[in-house]
Amino acid sequence: MEPSSRDLTPDVGSQTDIAPLGRGQTKPAHELTADEEAARADWNAVTQMEDFHSLLRAKLRFIVPATCFFFVYYFALPILVGYCPALMSKKVLGEVNIAYLFALSQFIVAWALAAAYVVVAAGWDRRVAALLAKLPKR
Amino acid sequence: MFLAFVGTTLVITYFSARRSSGASAYFAAGRRIKGWQNGLAIAGDYMSAASFLGITGMIALFGYDGFMYSVGFLVAYLTVLFIVAEPLRNAGKYTMADLLAYRLSPRPVRALASLSTITVSTLYMIAQMIGAGVLVGKLLGSAISPNWAIGLVGFLMIIYVVFGGMLATTWVQIIKAVLLMAGTFLLSILVMRHFDFSFAKFFDAVAHVTYHNKAGALVTKDFLQPGMKFGASVGAGWGPLDLISLGLALVCGTAALPHILVRFYTVPDARTARSSVVWAMVLIGIFYILTTFLGFGAATILTPEHIPNDNLAAPLLAQELGKDLFFAFISAVAFATILAVVAGLTISASTSFAHDFYTNVVHHGRERAPGEEVLVARIMAFVVGAVSIFMAIQLSNLNVAFLVGLAFAVAASANLPVIVLSIFWRRFTTLGACAGLSVGLVSSIGLIILSPSVMTVDASTVAASARHLIQHAPIFPLTNPGLVSIPLGFLAAILGTLWAREPAAEARFTELAVRANTGLGAEKASAH
Repeated sequence: MEPSSRDLTPDVGSQTDIAPLGRGQTKPAHELTADEEAARADWNAVTQMEDFHSLLRAKLRFIVPATCFFFVYYFALPILVGYCPALMSKKVLGEVNIAYLFALSQFIVAWALAAAYVVVAAGWDRRVAALLAKLPKR
Repeated sequence: MFLAFVGTTLVITYFSARRSSGASAYFAAGRRIKGWQNGLAIAGDYMSAASFLGITGMIALFGYDGFMYSVGFLVAYLTVLFIVAEPLRNAGKYTMADLLAYRLSPRPVRALASLSTITVSTLYMIAQMIGAGVLVGKLLGSAISPNWAIGLVGFLMIIYVVFGGMLATTWVQIIKAVLLMAGTFLLSILVMRHFDFSFAKFFDAVAHVTYHNKAGALVTKDFLQPGMKFGASVGAGWGPLDLISLGLALVCGTAALPHILVRFYTVPDARTARSSVVWAMVLIGIFYILTTFLGFGAATILTPEHIPNDNLAAPLLAQELGKDLFFAFISAVAFATILAVVAGLTISASTSFAHDFYTNVVHHGRERAPGEEVLVARIMAFVVGAVSIFMAIQLSNLNVAFLVGLAFAVAASANLPVIVLSIFWRRFTTLGACAGLSVGLVSSIGLIILSPSVMTVDASTVAASARHLIQHAPIFPLTNPGLVSIPLGFLAAILGTLWAREPAAEARFTELAVRANTGLGAEKASAH
């Protein structure tokens, strides 16, 4: 990797608060502010696509139940430990009690949910790519 | 050992200083950090002294209840992964406020977000520096005073951040994460060797820890049994509720910690941001499971009566099991941990000041001269460092875990409601964001002041330096304010929004939704 000797960020301001920075050269595409890019990327065209709305629905269909599930599963631990200590202290594997196994299972569940998210999100990435390919070029 | 770490990191700082030029390089390492590298750096940023020293000590003294911290610290990353990481990367540039200010009126939102970012970072940083002082003071005895140790950490951190920017900070964190994982792993193996690598023997010992309690009586306790710290019999019956409140602050606070959020701007795209969270979750999860071996190991091998200061459980265990060389290694790891976290905090605080407050609030988003924003950030890093060194020396008697808890609670109450609502709620307004930020900030800090952490009547036998700040019965019964202040933050943000409609913000929600969900128009990695 070569060190970049010149800073490509523009210094022309705009109404957005994405701060314009750097030197006065022609803007490369990746340094455009949001308002300038609005001219390139047609946000409204995207929102009118049925694909976009079905993508948002698909995302919510995963994120909302998954978040609710891990909140319930996670808070079950302090609630049970705090209010049913007798149950949680029951030894199941030698000296190891339910409380410790339940706490360990939190790690497993967190990893499993993260893995599930990665798999599902890879599908969203493909849908986004397909969606952007359909956008009319300007 | 420690000198080797400092030497290596200074060399990295030198090369990063030569390589980086321009704002996106200084603030976001040119957005060229790879997923696994950023994952390591997030882990390095997150596994602070409070985790390594604090949790080990907590498990060593309070058994199972200390492990509850570990669980919360990992599960919290699901909030980061599901809700915050990708939209933040797609819609922002350098700071958390970029996301909030995207469709709201930028100046008030940025000013408040910057205030809360700097508050959280400074609180967290003072805690780390006090930790460094305690650690070095105990380890080296009279060779170096705690105040000098605080000064040294501050000085090194200023060098990394002022000269190296985000790139040097990232590499300091990566090296530290590797060292910390290696140290924890080795120490766990030594603990298990003590028990002939038999889990049955290990848990048998954990279930029958015999030691002299504070009253001097010989007791045998089951350290796997919950309730030693948060039980119904502890803290006038508020224990279980306090545990839930702590859990809420951890799960909501992590996704709003500014030094974790800025890390997502160092990667090329949202997909890499996602993979870096997963990398971090694997490392952090393994680390926190291993803390039980360290903590229970310290409880059984050292026994609680031989742990004078709970922050020293891990180094003392290393000394017991691996003699002086390993003790030196673990101490160096602990010190490196503090250094890396402090560097991460400094860069997030100074970036927020320069980008949010200086450029966007004071100068309406215009840079008056090339490179001005970076210059301001460098000066601010120096100021933040100097102020924290000063405050850490002044406040060196404060409890470290309490300050970290406060930082999590402030982040969860002030930042999280506005982040979540601005991503998901079309109607969300500037007034709502300002109300949420300020109510969250004030209520979390206010409740801490009224809590037993600050307000407690000490017995006359307690030394003057160890006394609580306000000698009065606590008005608020929980040590962690999360359970009350987080809902208050959400409530204020929602009520503020319902007060009046803001058509401009609603119109730009469409744009934010497209950007956040498709990555269209997101900041790209800088050219190679």
